[in-house]
Amino acid sequence: MAAAALQELDSFRQDVRGWLEENCPPGARNIVRGLDTAFWGGRNPDYPSDDHKIWFERMAARGWTVPAWPKEYGGGGLDRMQARILKQELARINAVEPLSSLGIMMLGPALLKFGTEEQKLEHLPRIARGEIRWAQGYSEPGAGSDLASLQTKGEDKGDHFLVNGQKIWTTYGHKADMIFALVRTEPEASKHQGISFLLIDMDQPGVNARPIKMISGNEHFSETFFDDAVVPMANVVSERGKGWDVAKYLLTFERSMMGESIGGGQGESLADQALALVGKDGLAREPGLRREVAETMNESWMIQIAAERMFDQGKAGTLSPFTPSILKLQGTELATRRTRVIMSLGGFDELGADTSSAYEWLQAPPNCIAGGSSEVQLNIISKRALELPEHK
Amino acid sequence: MALVLTEDETMLVDSVRGLLDREAPLSAFRALRDSGEALAYDASLLARLADNGLVAPQVAEADGGVGLGAAAAGLIMEQAGHVLAAAPLLSAAISATLIGGAASQGQRAELLGPIVRGERVVAPALDEVSRHDPDRLQTTAIKDGDGWSISGAKTAVIDGFEADAYVVSADCEGSPGLFLVEGGAQGLSVERVQTVDSRNYARLEFASTAAIRLGEGDAAKAIEAGLDMGRALLAAEMLGIADEAFDRTVAYLKERKQFDRIIGSFQALQHRAARLYARLDLARGVVLKALRALDEGHQDATWLASLSKGVMTRLCRDVLIEAMQMHGGIGVTDEYDVGLFVKRGQAAGELLGDDHFQTERLASGHWGL
Repeated sequence: MAAAALQELDSFRQDVRGWLEENCPPGARNIVRGLDTAFWGGRNPDYPSDDHKIWFERMAARGWTVPAWPKEYGGGGLDRMQARILKQELARINAVEPLSSLGIMMLGPALLKFGTEEQKLEHLPRIARGEIRWAQGYSEPGAGSDLASLQTKGEDKGDHFLVNGQKIWTTYGHKADMIFALVRTEPEASKHQGISFLLIDMDQPGVNARPIKMISGNEHFSETFFDDAVVPMANVVSERGKGWDVAKYLLTFERSMMGESIGGGQGESLADQALALVGKDGLAREPGLRREVAETMNESWMIQIAAERMFDQGKAGTLSPFTPSILKLQGTELATRRTRVIMSLGGFDELGADTSSAYEWLQAPPNCIAGGSSEVQLNIISKRALELPEHK
Repeated sequence: MALVLTEDETMLVDSVRGLLDREAPLSAFRALRDSGEALAYDASLLARLADNGLVAPQVAEADGGVGLGAAAAGLIMEQAGHVLAAAPLLSAAISATLIGGAASQGQRAELLGPIVRGERVVAPALDEVSRHDPDRLQTTAIKDGDGWSISGAKTAVIDGFEADAYVVSADCEGSPGLFLVEGGAQGLSVERVQTVDSRNYARLEFASTAAIRLGEGDAAKAIEAGLDMGRALLAAEMLGIADEAFDRTVAYLKERKQFDRIIGSFQALQHRAARLYARLDLARGVVLKALRALDEGHQDATWLASLSKGVMTRLCRDVLIEAMQMHGGIGVTDEYDVGLFVKRGQAAGELLGDDHFQTERLASGHWGL
């Protein structure tokens, strides 16, 4: 890279660092991540703390809740390198995420790629300012791994669809304001070509959601029922019958994110936890346990390297379309092993119903299922990357 | 540097692959193995590779090399792994690193050029016991007039039979030193070791053998650098071996029919293949990361070299077990090429420390466990 460009990035970093020092309040730093530490925005915002509110408002004012989105849509307009620097600087001071949002992680990228100008202008700035909390409606009771067999129907009523059916594993469905959902609108078309990607307001009598309690005790997911829900025709993203393409595009984001953050994150603390919980002498007495800790550390390092490589490949334009599946598969399976190792290290005390170790351990297996199960990722790799023939 | 290949590196890979396909296809390795020739490498291939600047390419230009770095050396080794190229590339790169790390400027100028030009094969002699243990150093060096005299024994000497010279580690009044011993030196006996993988190994014995000391003082750092380079390059070679065996296996899954079906349509086989594909993709990043770290003098370079070696040892083993199993009976015949990769993969895995060794090294050294 040219010296001038490097210098520019360096001065950007200094500016960012200075601004963060001044504007990130103490109560928005060094927060131990847990159930109630995130701010999700929405029509009825629930701030975890006063400092978090200040922090969110300052970041939103700069467009830094979505640093890489264009400014006209409420973003910060940063390029890839600048966005990366901001991310590094936020990590450096261990700042809490100002706004957690499926709108940012999922819907935003879909609208930026497939949305009309009207849709972008209507929805993106609201996502950036945290005004609307979004849910994702993909799976159904009868459509899990075989997602494209979904049966929730949208009936064409001229200027709107009437939507009927049921979704499940709707992330935060019972707390969301709107939901982006896959709905079968073209009953005559084939399985994959009959689906549309709809934006549905949940604040109407025809939409009801009910939380599902998971083995970890959390209630992140819900069942969502559609009973003559009304959805304007203008709320189709991309074209009618093209919803599967939008969903596939979005799933690659979800998978990369899951693999990278779940697999690579927290790995560094495992060796420290092993030393704190069992100690060097204890590990020496149990070589098998010590070895498992070391191997888990190695594997976490590998996922971190894979994430670094994915970033570099993205920048160079050489990213393989299968990388998200590879990262998701290995990252989520690693997290399942790692959280179980921590349980072993801790012994009886970690079995306490309120320990974070137990919570993390019970949170890990669902991630091997959500976003396309491990087996779905293996099918994708077999059929698309290796081009192995279909079973006939 | 980024974990993607530069344009120059991509061109290097293409040209090395082209050269090896023309001059050193796998059939050439097999023919040499079957010829009964005692020298298990092809001297003319070494010369051709040297002509193209592919031998110890990491040697700096100031030292008579081409200065392409460890990454280039690794990419070349990876391609060599695809065809099991019968050339002493590994020994050249390790010896050059040992010499580069320990020797005086004058010695470097004298010794490195001939290695890079393929004029002299210089083999590294570090190991003393069958299972890799670099801390075990019982070979001794004592001052003898203007020079030095070495006594002891070395094993697993890569490319060691009929080498022109050896870089030997020896204990020198309590700290390790590196010494150059000429192939024809008095008091040196060289035993050719025929291994399953048909690489050119030897065991050495020194009885008051005349030697030249490389540089002065403690050579521990140079030895570690040589081991780092060797481990990262063996990882790259195993990546080439595993990729080749995997691609051949997937191709076989697409053509072999049983039960009136292409066996690659069975999900049981598909998912096993897909898991290997995913692991290979992750390992590719780790191998490149280790090579880049060596070039950058990264503080974690030595740990990344161990990580890449350990990961590739296990993965290469797993790929080759599956390659044999998925090929069925033909895969375990001598006539079929899969067995050649199985044997080299195993040997490359054990050289300079297998997966167990590297995990232990990382556990105690890097993770503080």
